[in-house]
Amino acid sequence: MKLTLSWLKTHLATDASLEEIVERLTMIGLEVESVEDRAKALAPFTVARVISAEKHPNADRLKVCMVDTGSGAPVQVVCGAPNARTGMKGVFAAPGAYIPGKKMTLGVGKIRNVESRGMLVSEAELLLSDNHEGIIELPDDAPVGKPFAAFMGLDDAVLDVAVTTNRADCLGVHGIARDLAAASGGEFKDQAIKPIPGKFPCPVKVKLEFGSTPPLCPAFALRLIRGVKNGPSPDWAQKKLRAVGLRPINALVDITNLITLDRARPLHVFDAAKVKGDLVVRRARKGEKLLALDGRTYELDPDICVIADDRAVESLSGVMGGEASGVSDATADVLLESALWVPANIAQTGRKLGIVSDARFRFERGVDPQFTLPGLELATKLILEMCGGEPSEVVIAGSIPDSGRVIDFPLGQVRKLAGLEASPTETKRVLGALGFSVAGAGDTVKVSPPSWRADVEGKADLVEEIVRILGVDRVPSTPFERGDTARQPVLTTIQKRTRAAKRALAANGLIEAVTWSFIAKPQAELFGGGNAALALANPIAAELSDMRPSLVPGLALAAQKNADRGFADTALFEVGQIFTGDRPEDQLTAATTLRRGTAKAMAPGRHWTGSSGPVDAFDAKADALAVLAAAGAPVDKLQIVQGGPAFLHPGRSGTIQLGPKLALGWFGELHPATLESLDVEGPIAASEVILERVPAQKVRATRTKPKLELSPFQPVARDFAFVVDRNVTADTIVRAAEGVDRSLIAAVQVFDVYEGKGIEAGKKSIAIAVTLQPREKTLTDAEIEAVAAKIVAEVAKRTGATLRA
Amino acid sequence: MSDLRKLEAEILAAVVAAKDEAALEVVRVGALGKKGSVSELLKTLGTMTPDERKAKGPLINGLKDKVTDAVAARRAELKRAAFGPQLAADTVDVTLPVRPTPAERGRIHPVSQVIDEITAIFADMGFTVAEGPDIETDFNNFTALNFPPDHPAREMHDTFFFSPKPNGERLLLRTHTSPVQIRAMQAQKPPIRMIIPGRTYRCDSDQTHTPMFHQVEGLVIDKSSHLGHLKWILAEFCKAFFEVDDVKMRFRPSFFPFTEPSLEVDIQCDRSGGEVRFGEGTSWLEILGCGMVHPNVLKNCGLNPDEYQGFAWGMGIDRIAMLKYGMPDLRAFFEADVRWLEHYGFRPLDFPTLAGGLSE
Repeated sequence: MKLTLSWLKTHLATDASLEEIVERLTMIGLEVESVEDRAKALAPFTVARVISAEKHPNADRLKVCMVDTGSGAPVQVVCGAPNARTGMKGVFAAPGAYIPGKKMTLGVGKIRNVESRGMLVSEAELLLSDNHEGIIELPDDAPVGKPFAAFMGLDDAVLDVAVTTNRADCLGVHGIARDLAAASGGEFKDQAIKPIPGKFPCPVKVKLEFGSTPPLCPAFALRLIRGVKNGPSPDWAQKKLRAVGLRPINALVDITNLITLDRARPLHVFDAAKVKGDLVVRRARKGEKLLALDGRTYELDPDICVIADDRAVESLSGVMGGEASGVSDATADVLLESALWVPANIAQTGRKLGIVSDARFRFERGVDPQFTLPGLELATKLILEMCGGEPSEVVIAGSIPDSGRVIDFPLGQVRKLAGLEASPTETKRVLGALGFSVAGAGDTVKVSPPSWRADVEGKADLVEEIVRILGVDRVPSTPFERGDTARQPVLTTIQKRTRAAKRALAANGLIEAVTWSFIAKPQAELFGGGNAALALANPIAAELSDMRPSLVPGLALAAQKNADRGFADTALFEVGQIFTGDRPEDQLTAATTLRRGTAKAMAPGRHWTGSSGPVDAFDAKADALAVLAAAGAPVDKLQIVQGGPAFLHPGRSGTIQLGPKLALGWFGELHPATLESLDVEGPIAASEVILERVPAQKVRATRTKPKLELSPFQPVARDFAFVVDRNVTADTIVRAAEGVDRSLIAAVQVFDVYEGKGIEAGKKSIAIAVTLQPREKTLTDAEIEAVAAKIVAEVAKRTGATLRA
Repeated sequence: MSDLRKLEAEILAAVVAAKDEAALEVVRVGALGKKGSVSELLKTLGTMTPDERKAKGPLINGLKDKVTDAVAARRAELKRAAFGPQLAADTVDVTLPVRPTPAERGRIHPVSQVIDEITAIFADMGFTVAEGPDIETDFNNFTALNFPPDHPAREMHDTFFFSPKPNGERLLLRTHTSPVQIRAMQAQKPPIRMIIPGRTYRCDSDQTHTPMFHQVEGLVIDKSSHLGHLKWILAEFCKAFFEVDDVKMRFRPSFFPFTEPSLEVDIQCDRSGGEVRFGEGTSWLEILGCGMVHPNVLKNCGLNPDEYQGFAWGMGIDRIAMLKYGMPDLRAFFEADVRWLEHYGFRPLDFPTLAGGLSE
């Protein structure tokens, strides 16, 4: 909401400086977003007189002017304006002045060999209007040498106030002045509006026709003013509008705009000659159309409220008028409308048709219902002043709703809710100044909000009024006691797992990324998503359309982007939400890693100690297991099963599970087809663990760790090399060995895997080291041999293994 | 006794002169062996009178000890010297680079780090951490938070919607973390003290807006907490978070449907030097919105506003991270450019604590 300082002062008597006013507005909740001090921008421009204007010796269309600038000798200026002539007064800019309309700083120049030491400027060059037909002509009484802006009344600061959506009353300068006055910012000048008696009955009738549907127009007031003379409005009105960025149109339209901006009361004017018969306010009919004042044609439907005559729809209620019945300079009889609409309906219509207008902006926030008729009277007064004419009586369809409410307000509520000590006198003064009436004398008073404050519903709203006007600064900062409740962890299990997973992965050399929660549909489909319920109805871009079923696509594309920038070996991770459906329980937390190129844990790239090879399934497996360990999963019970989701390489991927029904995650190299679909280059090894799937740990009564049992006897190690079929897994061999004597066998480790020369085709050799840990006595050679024989027999039985020769 | 002294001098000279361990052994046997010169002297002690023994015993035994020590010392010397050529041949170029450890290369994203910082501060004040789903109902995101249907305040949220279901319900991506307040108040009885960090979404994109961003809210509900407490908490938070002794704050009345009174908070700072410095300067920078929870919101959650009251606040995590650590562009947070992440990210072991300082 833009306003000028002088406009504000038409409603406010104050000695406060611009800075003080800006500060106070901001501190009472009317935040001043910007102040444009035009006196400053126009400071270089002064009033000057053209002493002589002669034809340029070398150009037919140019003139050489001698200009009296009010200081020193006359200045020579070359000017191309057709209206430059001897004796006129104009606006002079000296070299060094910045010309806003040309975005340049003026210098001393030579035009066709004649020196020019300044410029006589046009309105366009000062951004005052788009008129560049000629230079500005000032009246004869303009004082030479004095600032042009002051003489023209343009030295007015323009304030842009961010009015919050609840303060419809402050979408008019009058309302802002009232608030400011309440906060001791001056004296509020609330001029009374006198009704103007009609001279004859209004010949046009109004009917509200909503049938059995919910009515969309509580009240509609109309009056005819006949015999007006429309045309440009007077200078003061044009200046006022221009100063806040509105283009003057003609007196009748300008008057409605002035009242919109001054009183937050939009009005509409019809050319009575163009209205056929009576007016009907109703829902639009399907198929009806309107060519509106913005030159666009809108298709209407029954959710849109319109004003129609016998011919057609003439206006979009509360949003925009129609072109056909609009006023022009030729208008002799004008119909003036002041109506009330249903705010939600206006908002809906504006949104549907994509119209942003000053009227919609105010009606959707709610105008003062009690100002419907005063607004009409104020407009009548201005029309009579500017355009003459004779007013009819006012006809009203519907009725102005009673907006009176009474709130029981305990005065102690201010202290209770805001911690602010305000005396009853102060409280009542503030409320009174804002237009609330206060009745009663006890601890609880009865407060009636004014009709323009539909936003005030209850006690809390009144507290806000008092706090903001007295100043939030007066609320004392009050220490907030922690209390004596025991200090307990504040994080939930999943929060702890998330945090631990992030730190564990970063400690594994991966870099944390945060990628979009939405990805392109084909990618979502590729990773098991793409469900219609998870597709945005209004995505911001096609590649951000579907909620992600996995974090891999986002990370893979990020890795590729980094590769395109020259960083091919990246190890990224993200711990974040994935979506398997649209219910809260369908949102899961994935801890996902993605390594590309040679970004292994040991460090990527070439190194004198040995270069890093391409990332593979085992790098991904290590990452997944690090996450699971950090998240508190029972690492020694995890089962690793060959293969995983279809987007992985089937032979180079695995699933991590606790039994066939509880998969905690997967790891592996991406399927070549996946790389192709994502349009990324491999090698890429990824892993994903779902943190919610990790079983909860048992709650233990104390933090004591289990007793440590140390054996005094030396452990003994024995190595075995088995030859097995290629498809026998190492895990099977290890578990077979472990199972031979669980109390004696402390560890089984795979230390070699070999295929090739010396081993039959289709077979492989797997070597394990078995550690025996005696607990009661040192083992004899015979005992060791006996266990070794059992291990060989058991592994052979389970896998068909033979000892390698 | 000059004999003894002479013998000592001879033996010690021989020890020092021994070129290797074999030569030293010859000297040792010559002195301390069965028939060595010192051993022979020791044997004479048995034949002496008690007085003689008393006089000579300590001298002869002293000689024996001296020789023994000298031999041991020389042996150690010779052993060390013997390593010399072997080790000299075994020299490495210690300037060769080592691989950086994984913990040095890994990074934590600033958003995660800042959430940990915020958590540390509020945990100390007795707040728990709550979270909620990103996909929300219109009721939780708007209606319960006192946004009237079709009100312009809803439109200002630039909401991402999903397609309506057959029953007409239309889910959305939460535009703020406030729906978690609703879930919390419906699920638990006051007193409530919690912070709510999370991802939020608005269909808006330019230099300062991204369609996805992070917010953290705070919620306090009990029977007496008021605006004065809110001011104190926010001031304590700002001092702790920005790690400065004092922060000047300005509370401006504003409007949010879910709070009444509503305030916006600016902090004073100096932005003249290209970086933001708090506690000095003349600029005001808006950092958060807050207010007393609106009575309608309490009612919508089944709480009696005449009995319970409290406050809430919300701020952008990305935004305060930018202010504290000086990232110039919000969009870079979500671009996963490893150069940016390595530069602005945090080491895995830089765990923010109040005891050790939130950063560094």
